[in-house]
Amino acid sequence: MEKTLEQFEIGERGAVKRVLGEGKIKRRLFDMGITPGAEIFLRKKAPLGDPIEVTVRGYELTLRKTEAACVVTEVEG
Amino acid sequence: MKNFALAGNPNCGKTTLFNSLTGSTAHVGNWPGVTVDKKTGTYKKCAEPIAIVDLPGIYSLSPYTPEEVIARNYILDEKPDCVINIVDATNLERNLYLTTQLIEMDVPVVIALNMMDEVEKAGDKIDSVELEKRLGVPVQKISALKENGLKELMDRAYAESKKTRVGATVLEKSALSHLIGDIKIALKGQGVKDPLFHAIKLVENDSIETEMHKDTLQMINEFKETFEDEIFGDDFEALVADARYKYISENFAPTLKKKNKEKFQATRSDKADKVMTHKIWGIPIFLLILFAIFHLTFSEDFLYLGKIFSLPSLEDLGFLTAEGEPLNYGVRWLACLYDGAVFSPGVIINNIWNNMLVGELFGWLGGLVEGSSMSSWAVGLINNGIFDGISSVLSFLPPILVLFLFFSILEDSGYMARIAFILDRMFRRFGLSGRAFMPMIMGFGCSVPAMINTRTLADEKERTATVRVIPFFSCGAKLPILTAVAGAIVAYFGVGNADVITFLMYLLGIVTAIVAVLLMRSTTLKGETPPFIMELPAYHAPQFKNLMAHLWDKTKHFVKKAFTIILASTIVIWFLTHFSFAWKFLEDEEINQSILAGISQLVQPLFTPLGFGSQLGEYGWVFVVAAVAGLIAKENVIATFATLAACLVAVANLNVGGLDIAAEEGVDAVQAMVLATGIGVPGLIAFIAFNMTTIPCFAAVGTAKAELQNDKRFKGTLVFWIAASYLVAAAIYTIGSWWWTAFIWAALVGLATWLIVWLNKRSALKAKKAEQ
Repeated sequence: MEKTLEQFEIGERGAVKRVLGEGKIKRRLFDMGITPGAEIFLRKKAPLGDPIEVTVRGYELTLRKTEAACVVTEVEG
Repeated sequence: MKNFALAGNPNCGKTTLFNSLTGSTAHVGNWPGVTVDKKTGTYKKCAEPIAIVDLPGIYSLSPYTPEEVIARNYILDEKPDCVINIVDATNLERNLYLTTQLIEMDVPVVIALNMMDEVEKAGDKIDSVELEKRLGVPVQKISALKENGLKELMDRAYAESKKTRVGATVLEKSALSHLIGDIKIALKGQGVKDPLFHAIKLVENDSIETEMHKDTLQMINEFKETFEDEIFGDDFEALVADARYKYISENFAPTLKKKNKEKFQATRSDKADKVMTHKIWGIPIFLLILFAIFHLTFSEDFLYLGKIFSLPSLEDLGFLTAEGEPLNYGVRWLACLYDGAVFSPGVIINNIWNNMLVGELFGWLGGLVEGSSMSSWAVGLINNGIFDGISSVLSFLPPILVLFLFFSILEDSGYMARIAFILDRMFRRFGLSGRAFMPMIMGFGCSVPAMINTRTLADEKERTATVRVIPFFSCGAKLPILTAVAGAIVAYFGVGNADVITFLMYLLGIVTAIVAVLLMRSTTLKGETPPFIMELPAYHAPQFKNLMAHLWDKTKHFVKKAFTIILASTIVIWFLTHFSFAWKFLEDEEINQSILAGISQLVQPLFTPLGFGSQLGEYGWVFVVAAVAGLIAKENVIATFATLAACLVAVANLNVGGLDIAAEEGVDAVQAMVLATGIGVPGLIAFIAFNMTTIPCFAAVGTAKAELQNDKRFKGTLVFWIAASYLVAAAIYTIGSWWWTAFIWAALVGLATWLIVWLNKRSALKAKKAEQ
């Protein structure tokens, strides 16, 4: 099932399928290791619900929901 | 001398390695044109001394951030003899992504596989020999922290630096390899150096390269028309990034053998993080830490021991003379630690530094000058101008360093990034990111380190807006103005409560800052909210050595400033207050004939709408002088009050029975000035507000200039400070004097808001039309 990262529940995991968006933000997501095939895991949300914290390629990354909406993933179920 | 560059991701231990290699030889400067630290030092344990340049920490060599552009230009243009690429072994995949870009340049590269101790502690293994074979460049295991493998690393780098190396790429098998090969040959034909690197960046449609090689771009565009990838279409930038990571996962990552196969296991750092960023407790914990820092730095009642146990003051204990002076030398030392309450560590350090060291030194120097045979004006210049100036600046050093130490600990431990994570949501409303919070809160201590801290902000406009509002977070030196004037209002007019007035003024500063940021982000500093895609580094204990290196850098920077710009300005002010227009030397009591008084009287009418201008009559200019003197250093405001009040009492024959003008808190001095000028409560409050929001002290202005790096922005900032303070003070004075003017101000604010919204809507519409 296809799902964007900002819709993840805490503890949910998926594999990156493609990254939407333009220029700077997209390149930044790529540079940080969010590329097709990378496994991604939603570790937690900030106390106010946004931004979110994910584990990708073995390290912790934080990004906002608006940026997470650019990350399309494939999740099981 | 050979020249090596250190390159690597942020948080990979680069600074630790740099400090270990160069020891005390490090020298911090700025890269020309940008505010990114340029650190250089010398390594002396090789056959010849080696200059080491610490490049900024980066994740990639994209054209989007100044740090990345600096790093790539440095390697391409300066051609270091070797690039040492530090790779965090605990985070191999992402760190090697930068490596795949570095090895494309025609420069010798050595990989320093750092944090090997942690990898081994976790029971994991890395086959560095295999990794070396696959990468094609030497790989040396090190631990920068334990200083393991550093000698081997430098010896291998030294050996490599004698060879020449041609760039290699991991994109050989990608769909773009033919195009890259063709472009490389074309560029080589044009005599371009590092043809492989430029070819790949050009294929990525990198904005720096497309500017440089316009004619070769045609080849790529022709190729693009025949090319279609099923996932990426013709987005070559994405294709290249993807190919790099694919290659890393397939070829480099397998050299790491993990003991525990579970991908998302919880480490000790994760457990700590669970508490620190907890859904409910995260924010209270953060507030508690913040409170603890300020309590440890500034509190004169440590842990409230004095209040809780009603401890006796030194006077109660009979340790003071009738004049309130310490009985003997021992009591003087005791007074640095205790007086009715135990002082916090920050205050103790401050007292020892100021009362015992700096105070003694300058007292002794002053005595020497006093006793010499110099003319009275020279004595005045040296003692009141130069010595007082330098010592008042040096007196700032302890709180700045203590505060800076705490913030360095937060930064090094990894908690600072979490604070940004917790607060980002709130700050986004004002068009800022969560990272802007730290510099702002540091402003309560001192604007100078706060402004330097804005370097952590990636977006230039966000940074400018933050630098501009930092002075509104009232710093330690502005506190005496608040307490003195608020105290005088309570004592003389018998209204209100000094604590409440002080608190409300702090609040006023914060509100002004928020309004100003909103205003700037919707007018002159318009722009999208900067993205927030940030690594959250694992927590670890801060390194004592690194902390000391930070503090030493800061001290050097500050002392240098004290002896240059601030010293010069105090001398100028001294001349202006001690000479008349006829160039006659004036005693302290004749200050109202001075050049400064003359100028102040001239500009006095400008301050009439603020309540401390022409309406105050003959001696009203004293408030103007105090405010102007505050531009040098904010503690000058109260110091000037004391000097001026003494003159006023002498000149105006005031009946100030019982007032002690020289009393340190300045409350009585302000009362004397109220008597002489007849200023009212609204005028006094407006005076505080003006001082809080106007141009900050010389040191902060100098820092703002250095940090903004752009002359137009800097001048705009000065205008902004003047306008903000003028408007805020005028509003307070007029509303305080005539309540109905509140409606006029409300109408003006409403009108301005409507105008901005309307103009923004119009320009947005225009932009849309232009697009169509």
